Amino acid sequence: MVSVRSVYTQPSSLTYSDLPWIIEHREDRCTLCGQCTAVCPKQAIYLTYRRQRVPKLDILKKKRGNEYRHFVGIRQNTEVDKMCIGCGMCSSVCPNEAIGPVPNPNEHRSKFHMDQKGDSWKRGGRRNLSGRTVLDRLSFGRISMLTDPALDAGRHEFNANTILGRVLPPEEYIRRQAAGEWIPPTREIFPFVIGSMSFGGLSPNMWLGLLQGVAYCNEVLGIPVVMATGEGGCPPWVLKSPFLKYIILQIASGYFGWDEIIRAIPEMQCDPAAIEIKYGQGAKPGDGGLLMWFKVSKLIARLRGVPEGVDLPSPPVHQTLYSIEESVMKMIQTMSMAFNFRVPVYPKISGSTSAKSVLNNLVRNPYASGMLIDGIDGGTGAAYNVSMDATGYPIASNVRECYQDLVAQGRQNEIPIFAAGGVGKNGNVTQNGMALIMLGASGVHIGKYIMQACAGCLGNELGRCNVCNVGICPKGITSQNEKLYRRLDPDDVAQRVADTFSSIKTEMKKIMAPLGRSQSLPIGMSDALTIDDKDVADRLGIKYAC
Amino acid sequence: MCRLALKTADTPFSPYEVLTGMEAMQEGYDGSGLGLLLRGVSFEDYKYKKDEQIILSGIAHTEAAFKRLQRLMEERGFEQDYDHRFKVDSSQIDTSDRYQYIVRVYKKPEGLTEKELEDRLMQTRLFLRKNGEEHGNDLTIFSFWSDVVTIKEVGWPLQVGDGLGLNDERIKARVVMAQGRQNTNYGINLYACHPFFIQGIATMTNGENTAFVPIKEWLEGKKIPGYMGYQSDSEVFAHILHYVTKRLNLPLAAYKHVITPLKTEELNAHPQGDFLKGLRTACRRLIIDGPNAIIGTLPDETCMLVMDQKKMRPATVGGRPGAWAIASEMCGVEALVPDRDPALDFQPMREHTVIIPPERKELQIWSQFDQFTLSQAA
Ligand code: SF4
Ligand code: SF4
Repeated sequence: MVSVRSVYTQPSSLTYSDLPWIIEHREDRCTLCGQCTAVCPKQAIYLTYRRQRVPKLDILKKKRGNEYRHFVGIRQNTEVDKMCIGCGMCSSVCPNEAIGPVPNPNEHRSKFHMDQKGDSWKRGGRRNLSGRTVLDRLSFGRISMLTDPALDAGRHEFNANTILGRVLPPEEYIRRQAAGEWIPPTREIFPFVIGSMSFGGLSPNMWLGLLQGVAYCNEVLGIPVVMATGEGGCPPWVLKSPFLKYIILQIASGYFGWDEIIRAIPEMQCDPAAIEIKYGQGAKPGDGGLLMWFKVSKLIARLRGVPEGVDLPSPPVHQTLYSIEESVMKMIQTMSMAFNFRVPVYPKISGSTSAKSVLNNLVRNPYASGMLIDGIDGGTGAAYNVSMDATGYPIASNVRECYQDLVAQGRQNEIPIFAAGGVGKNGNVTQNGMALIMLGASGVHIGKYIMQACAGCLGNELGRCNVCNVGICPKGITSQNEKLYRRLDPDDVAQRVADTFSSIKTEMKKIMAPLGRSQSLPIGMSDALTIDDKDVADRLGIKYAC
Repeated sequence: MCRLALKTADTPFSPYEVLTGMEAMQEGYDGSGLGLLLRGVSFEDYKYKKDEQIILSGIAHTEAAFKRLQRLMEERGFEQDYDHRFKVDSSQIDTSDRYQYIVRVYKKPEGLTEKELEDRLMQTRLFLRKNGEEHGNDLTIFSFWSDVVTIKEVGWPLQVGDGLGLNDERIKARVVMAQGRQNTNYGINLYACHPFFIQGIATMTNGENTAFVPIKEWLEGKKIPGYMGYQSDSEVFAHILHYVTKRLNLPLAAYKHVITPLKTEELNAHPQGDFLKGLRTACRRLIIDGPNAIIGTLPDETCMLVMDQKKMRPATVGGRPGAWAIASEMCGVEALVPDRDPALDFQPMREHTVIIPPERKELQIWSQFDQFTLSQAA
């Protein structure tokens, strides 16, 4: 008999059935090879030595007794910080199909204990809101039929590129051409941009894979994909390579990595695609960036000019700037000047009710080259759960409002609006992106989708995985631990990047062809969009259909 | 699909000729309407002087509207010189609310610069149009310009021609453009009928412009007087031509570069590639997406034909020195200029702009891959 007092229980004691994922282990199949426990990034399972009492009754000897069986078994950890994240790495390495996580349909008592040591349990990943988004529900209802026949997506030629950079009003362009004056730089790019995921956030293998893939898209497939770096600079060899032209360099409020970039300017073989100044991020508006100490490896420390293994928080605002006017004047102009006015410079802001005022300010600044609005469904490698889940503004109406504001001024061609935040969240990347384009965006940034499609990121909106911040990414995508990131082969990532963009391009044609559209991206072609929700239709100024 | 026909000739001819050309192509339209634009006009019983006079075209649907029009024009200081009366056979006209078809000649106001005059004429047209709309659409105004007569009516084109007595030789012109079929993509409305007119520039189009909404939004946002209306997606073609030639002061050859720019690879090899790439970027909202064949005329009697990039609409041009025709189909050209060498008929491809200069000696086929004169960009 075990005494009650000896039962180990304290307020945060949980059983494994209180956790979101329960490990199902079949002892009949398991050969105890230990591969699962070795691969588990969370130490959610452990091999343990057990002793089992086997009652023994020998009738002839009239003697009772016990025997003990000793064996090695696998058990699940019930501590919150070691709780299973359902990544399924254990099942993918198990040679005997003996183990794997199953989602726990019960209420998760662990929810109440996730704030241990005063910290949020999750500081990265996704929003934990699943289901179809407004973007998923937008459909393309204008089908060409009679006076304008639909096109053939396979046979016709399509121009699906967009312009990044400030576009002058035609009169002004002609005047400046004649007078030999400065014409703001523009780039013709593919409208799906690999959004900012920093060199510290991603593992070196992931970064290399993306870079190779982007170069392949540009140079072999003729799809002018560009990718943004996120804060924290860029490896010096990239800065000095011809690949730089496919890269949007980001400067954020921590200014990490910027001295490295500035020092490399004289040695650059070409200009970067653009400079992105990050003011805000949709997944955590009003919050600065954060690279947690786990990920500040030797290389990252060198790139960012900081000591190894320390947290790298960026303040939520650029410390030297106090207003958008000032920032537009100082940052955008300074950055344009640093690259001799040959590189587009634009800000990234988080979606909010004030996006329109920022935009109007940019319109009046001749050096601003665009605006990126990042909405609430964006992902991040580091943010409090409550920021991700409940702070922010949805992207669809934000983009639409801004675009319509420009339309009213007859300037919608001038400041291209890029949109981000949940594009491809449920896998419908082309549909989501094209819907935003028809609402008025010139292009979209995609991050999570790229990690999932090109590197096999396991995270989902149901809380699966989401350990990007702590450096134990089971796939090696967001880890700086070489034991983990060696799991990811850059060549394979590159291959997937090429596959992904080729199929996005094909799908774009499949959307454009029925609309009879082939010569230019259907930016603002709101007459093509319908939705089965009257209120949303009214809000977005599109057709309601059911 | 609508059918389009244009004839341009040194000697003025009856617009009825073009209607017979339309008849040749009758299988291509449903006979729901007719739009006619005449340029280089002469009247049998009146000597019209292009340099001194302007012509107002439209329809007064009621007597009150007609009287109001007279009064408004007087109030605005326009002095009437001549009032053309059609010999209307109302049994041939489907509609009943046509009190008076208006083709009236006024004296050109004096003491204005050319630009001021152009603006004044347009403002007057827009004012009258608005006035009609305010009075339950009892007044429809198509054009107000020197040397341009516009007639639009619902019905089968030849029947409309008979109804208005257009075959009586009382009115002739050197350039006549005609379109069969009302615009049926949006509601039936006389303003939605081709050809479209703005400050001497007129176009008519086959097909539908898929990029209509973004183009329209951009043009409206420019707040340029006259860039309004848009009962038809084809109206933007006239306005883009106006914008390119009058606002950007670019040569006619640039029109095609604006509406259907070349690809980047092609522009990389183009002698004016850098300028054109910039132009493409700046005018990106004006890229049309077809399928369209656009036929237009300019104030100096230049005529032109361009296609959208995919060339999904038929159009052909043929003729001889002194007389040329552009039509949706070969039989239309045949009906309009039978005494030509049909072997020289030309169907433009996606890169071509066909231009018939005012001298009408020969066709100019201008390719988008060629260099064009552009002093500023040189
Ligand atoms: S699913 Fe992932 S976290 Fe859970 S036990 Fe298996 S390897 Fe560990
Ligand atoms: S697989 Fe890696 S990148 Fe994806 S959610 Fe998990 S930790 Fe983050």
